Amino acid sequence: MRFVDEYRDAEKARALAAKIAALCEPGRHYKFMEVCGGHTHTIYKHGLEDYLPESVSLVHGPGCPVCVIPMGRVDDAIALAEQPDVIMTSFGDMMRVPGGRGSFFDSSAAGTDIRMVYSPLDALKVARQNPDKHVIFMAIGMETTAPSTAMTVLRAAAEGIENFSIFCNHVMIVPAIKAILDSPDLRLDGFIGPGHVSTVIGCRPYEFIASEYGKPIVTAGFEPLDILQSVYMLLQQLAEGRCEVENQYSRVVPWQGNTVALRAVGEVMELRPFFEWRGLGFISHSALQVRERYAAFDAERRFAIPGVRVADPKACQCGEVLKGVLKPWECKVFGTACTPEMPIGTCMVSSEGACAAYYNFGRFSRQRVREVTIEASRA
Amino acid sequence: MTHQDTTQQSRAGWAEAVVEHTSGHAEEHDAGHPAHAAAGTEHTGREQLVLERIERARRARPRVREKLITLAHGAGGKATQSLIEAIFLDAFRNPLLEPLEDAATVTAGDVRLAFTTDSYVVSPLFFPGGNIGDLAVNGTINDLAVSGARPAHLSAGFILEEGFPVEDLQRIVASMAAAAAAAGVSIVTGDTKVVQRGKADGCYINTAGVGLITGDANLGVATARPGDTVIVSGPVGEHGITVMLARGELDLDADLVSDTAPVHDLVRGLLDAVGPDVRAMRDATRGGVATILNEVATAAGVAVVVDEEAVPVRPEVRGACELLGIDPLYVACEGRIVAIVDPGAADAAVAALRAHPLGAGATAVGHVAEDPPGLVLLKTGFGGTRIIDLLVGDPLPRIC
Repeated sequence: MRFVDEYRDAEKARALAAKIAALCEPGRHYKFMEVCGGHTHTIYKHGLEDYLPESVSLVHGPGCPVCVIPMGRVDDAIALAEQPDVIMTSFGDMMRVPGGRGSFFDSSAAGTDIRMVYSPLDALKVARQNPDKHVIFMAIGMETTAPSTAMTVLRAAAEGIENFSIFCNHVMIVPAIKAILDSPDLRLDGFIGPGHVSTVIGCRPYEFIASEYGKPIVTAGFEPLDILQSVYMLLQQLAEGRCEVENQYSRVVPWQGNTVALRAVGEVMELRPFFEWRGLGFISHSALQVRERYAAFDAERRFAIPGVRVADPKACQCGEVLKGVLKPWECKVFGTACTPEMPIGTCMVSSEGACAAYYNFGRFSRQRVREVTIEASRA
Repeated sequence: MTHQDTTQQSRAGWAEAVVEHTSGHAEEHDAGHPAHAAAGTEHTGREQLVLERIERARRARPRVREKLITLAHGAGGKATQSLIEAIFLDAFRNPLLEPLEDAATVTAGDVRLAFTTDSYVVSPLFFPGGNIGDLAVNGTINDLAVSGARPAHLSAGFILEEGFPVEDLQRIVASMAAAAAAAGVSIVTGDTKVVQRGKADGCYINTAGVGLITGDANLGVATARPGDTVIVSGPVGEHGITVMLARGELDLDADLVSDTAPVHDLVRGLLDAVGPDVRAMRDATRGGVATILNEVATAAGVAVVVDEEAVPVRPEVRGACELLGIDPLYVACEGRIVAIVDPGAADAAVAALRAHPLGAGATAVGHVAEDPPGLVLLKTGFGGTRIIDLLVGDPLPRIC
């Protein structure tokens, strides 16, 4: 398939892996964080770690928008869904995320009307089709999805649709990266920068990572060769003593970002003073809320939101996983008390969550399996 | 400053503003690289312990911990499996049910019969390549066929919603009759119920079937052995994607029709050619090929290793799956079988399948291995390795 297969070419991967191995200084260990959950998913889905030398490890970052939603916000959303004549709409990823009182799926089984949609415009369609109900869209995502939410609000305003609002949970990746850089727990050698987010914000917002923190960052695409090439580019920077923001994903990411999308977001939304991230705690100016001007489309203004803070279950170590301090399997409850079918933490729910990716795709001993697959290629 | 001014300012640079705000207090940062503890062996050892703990947890007796039934319980993945084992099997337990095969094998005197049932709730009722009627007939025929039986008689139960058009029912029933005639089976008993408007979605169908098992093949996924070859009878995922697109919710179009078809002739050809070397067959419905391979790995205590590049997938299906973020290995088929055969008979088995029009795309996709037991591994097209696990939820509900 065009535009897919060329980025999954095993021969090119082998060549790149050899170049990566050649760049690694003997005795040195490299730790790179892939910020974005989409990258984590790709890494496990394609078995990319098989190509990396043991001295290069990839640490999974906080860039999975479902994973960082605190339990209290899920409870708030369910409280909204329980209002009379409300239809709650959400991306499928959110459906199984546990709040303090269960997930959307549980709430739906108990009688609320919660529907899965593929885009906020689909939620608006539900509002048009159900004029006697109020339709709320559970808006989640980083800078990547904020523009589509904003465009939907603009569309609703232009069409004069009155039975539609959003429950805004859009968060921003840059403050989270900053929080990780400031955290004493983790020593990183560089970042694989988020690809989708950068299609919107461009690469400039990452300049402080190189200039102030002295860490190289390479914005990367989502195919396995993209990520492998980014690792190569990071190693190259380190080998040459450079520390820069580089753009591996230039076929999609413009350096300046997407000004039209940014304008739409700026029109509809503004920074929240602070927002709670699951596991990371409150981070100032790290999320978006609906501007006063579009208050009619803001579920938080239209309805009374309980706003209860729910502490994460004691056993849950999602915070450490999101910060990259723990590998998924190092969490105490990983795979036993916390599984994709009975998740305790969000990282085990979303397809972009590090725990889910490791559990679903990577839950085996690479050493043992290497023998099995070598045997397979011989057969 | 006017309200407008504030807006302009933040419009211009809300992303930059974040950086300014958050990077204000740069600290002394250690640019050096700490000596890393011997990451290799100790790390692998601890990870291995965790993996073993997880496998023990997975072998534990399944429990249904939810208070209410959710859609996940019907999705064919782990939740369905827990429901079946913890609720149904626990209550009905008997040696005929326990293998949880597509059909039970019952004996009456010297006669061995395969006996099966299936309910159909597909939405929409009509889709390119078929409708709920031929799906209900073919699905039950296929469950019998892959159990090594010659399908003979079917029952048909209808649950209809008040207000359902009689004309639609006639179309559905006509295609059931045609599908039964084409397969040489007769629908010999039935039942009808009508429920109030809103209490069902148009039309649900249940079919049960019996078939005669000829020959002494002892088929079952538990009989798979290391070395065996895994064969699929053609491109996967067409039914699931066709139905999904037919709902029109995705604004995607593709030139696809459902693969719904009776596979009893195809299976007969395979059994006639290499019967004693066939360990197990399954038709890949809900949960797709991946779910079947997991059943093989678990039941036989073996590993199944699949080569992603060998799995036949039509470009239209692959394209839709890429867009939707779904793995075609999990997407339902309604006329494809997965066969586990002795490696010595693999070529003959593929040839026998290819001799039938429904098996023209048959191919070997992998093999059974000893280690690691209970896992399905995929050698990815990219050259890496990963697990193919049972699905937790269903990305494509009400496909059959």
